[in-house]
Amino acid sequence: MAAMFFVVTMALYFAATVSFLAYLLWPSEALSKVSLGMTAIGFASHTIALVARMVGATDVSPPGFHEALSFFSWMLILVFLAVEFRHRLHVLGSFIVPLALVSLVSAAALPETAPTLNPVFRTLWVHVTLSMLGTVGFAVAFVAGVMYLIQDGLLKSKRFNVLYAKLPALDFLDHLNQQSIVTGFPLLTLGIITGALSAEFSRGSYLNWNPEQTWALVTWVFYFAVLMGRLTLGWRAKRAAYLTIIGFAGVVLTLIGVVLKSHGPVS
Amino acid sequence: MHIVVVGLSHKTAPVEIREKLAVPESRMGEALTRLCSYQGVREGIVLSTCNRVEVYAVVDEIEAGYGRIQEFLADAHMSLSSEQLTPHLYWHQGDRAISHLFRVASSLDSMIVGESQILGQIKDAFEAALTHKATGIILNKVVKKAISVAKRVRTETKIAEMAVSVSYAAVELAKKIFSDLSEKTVLLVGAGEMAKLAARHFIASGVRHVRVTTRNPQHGLELADRFGGTAVPFEQFREDMASADIVLVSTGAAHYLVSEDDVQRSVKQRMNRPMFLIDISVPRNIDPAVRHVDNAFLFDIDDLKARVEQNRGGRLQEAEKAERMVVDEVGIVRQWLQSLEVTPTIMALRTRADDIKRAEVEKTLGRLANLSASERELVEAMASSIVNKLIHNTMVTLKAEVNSSEGAAFVEAARRFFSLGDPAVSNVNGSTSSASEAGHLVQKDIQDIEETIPRAGSKTPDH
Repeated sequence: MAAMFFVVTMALYFAATVSFLAYLLWPSEALSKVSLGMTAIGFASHTIALVARMVGATDVSPPGFHEALSFFSWMLILVFLAVEFRHRLHVLGSFIVPLALVSLVSAAALPETAPTLNPVFRTLWVHVTLSMLGTVGFAVAFVAGVMYLIQDGLLKSKRFNVLYAKLPALDFLDHLNQQSIVTGFPLLTLGIITGALSAEFSRGSYLNWNPEQTWALVTWVFYFAVLMGRLTLGWRAKRAAYLTIIGFAGVVLTLIGVVLKSHGPVS
Repeated sequence: MHIVVVGLSHKTAPVEIREKLAVPESRMGEALTRLCSYQGVREGIVLSTCNRVEVYAVVDEIEAGYGRIQEFLADAHMSLSSEQLTPHLYWHQGDRAISHLFRVASSLDSMIVGESQILGQIKDAFEAALTHKATGIILNKVVKKAISVAKRVRTETKIAEMAVSVSYAAVELAKKIFSDLSEKTVLLVGAGEMAKLAARHFIASGVRHVRVTTRNPQHGLELADRFGGTAVPFEQFREDMASADIVLVSTGAAHYLVSEDDVQRSVKQRMNRPMFLIDISVPRNIDPAVRHVDNAFLFDIDDLKARVEQNRGGRLQEAEKAERMVVDEVGIVRQWLQSLEVTPTIMALRTRADDIKRAEVEKTLGRLANLSASERELVEAMASSIVNKLIHNTMVTLKAEVNSSEGAAFVEAARRFFSLGDPAVSNVNGSTSSASEAGHLVQKDIQDIEETIPRAGSKTPDH
């Protein structure tokens, strides 16, 4: 059952992505309802798929990249729906839903039974969940940054097109960017701590400077600097947008690296 | 004599050109005197606003007149040659020139169709022309007619209601930078009409903090009082800019008041919080290089125009109605102008005199039934002689003055003295009096004209 709902979710997210991208370029607001509807139904289907899988699991299996990415995608849509509900910001969907789709498609490409990482499953589940939640924060910050730069560019070049009309005010995007990092950063911190704990359980040391751990720490330091820079040095607006885009690109590259290392020809 | 207009507007020239040609209020007198000193230019009026610089004139010859006015425009700015100007200019004469003025006054040619500022600007230009005696009977009548047409358009169409103003566009843009305007601070630099209007729009949209700076401190205090804000000394406003999220600049200064460095410094002080700068001045008061400063968003009048363009649409229908009014009104003025031609006036005078003579002779002869044929001829000859002598001087003077600067006034006077009025003339008079209700300026002007042209008795000269 989980597999079926998973496929339905993917189809719905795909349709919503197409519809949301068309919405971005079409002057009419009509498409937003259709897109939102498909996203919402997709989200419900996704929730069922996730629950069914958890219930269906006979024992606690280790979380793999498949689960992590699927969960990441689910969380992204959840955040989008929450922001949409509060601010009626349809255009956010045009950026977040495609990202969620990419994440879900990547999940589908990976085997459901993940390679074991010397599991102490429970801690590992917490570690993965927290890290993924932190990453969702950075992803939303990334999306806000991209939207910020687009709107900034349109305002600077005075191109008052459909996109300009649909994108929200710059300070709103900057605020969204800030809030996402403020939320994502502590979660990542907790994720790293639990990761270190599980490493201690499984390998006997908190830190053994393997690439994943090193990159996680680099990411942590980077976002710490972004956050501190904003609070003390005025790294906001355009600079914050650039930094969060770079930061998220780093996170994605790390993830790809880790996945390749586990599944790819390297291993 | 021909009415011509030579000018450029937001439709034909970018702000870079317009600002060079703009005639500041302080130099208007000098400009008008210069304009009228050109040979063949009888009357002139200069309309200089943010969006257009136009010269309306009455000239002896059309082509020569065009040349003179273009020369006049090019002379206004050393760095512009007449040739550089040509691609941006438009030239109209006769009906088309009048129609153009009517359209401009009615705000049909405005950046924001239906805005009302232009009418005030035309009144100001007219007042300046009257003060410097640059206009004469023709332009006086035509400009006053333009003012009355504009009023008619405003009251009889919905064009004004639908006006989407430049200042509103400024607020709309601000909302794409700041989602909540209520906590934002507006700094108003200068007291230009447009900027004041924009400030009012911002307050209506929730802005609560307004700071005002003007060169004249007293004026600044008054404005600040009106907007419920605080006044900032003009010398300090650049340092104070960092506290403003929205800076509205509209002064009469001929140079940049705000430089790239000023804005760069302010943005830095603001820890990169965005700044929205609006320059409604022509010539511009904010250095266009400010565009390169990150997190500072500069919009000048042309940018706002582009924004406004997109909001038009709905007003087109009303504009068409207004266009039809303009066509009607131009027809009326055309008839009046034709009446100012000398030949028809002389003919009308001749006819009128003959009519009177014939009527009086018939009346007299009817009473004197006993006269012989030769006596009757004598009476007729006497009547003819009196009438001819009475009008002779008038006709000679008309012919002599036809080419003088006062020619039109003589024709108009003769028409009034001898009641040569046709429907067109009475119509024009009727609408100027409705224009006079509009304001003291026009009232005063009518008095001026009535002083120079004593009104003839409205009754026919009877015995």
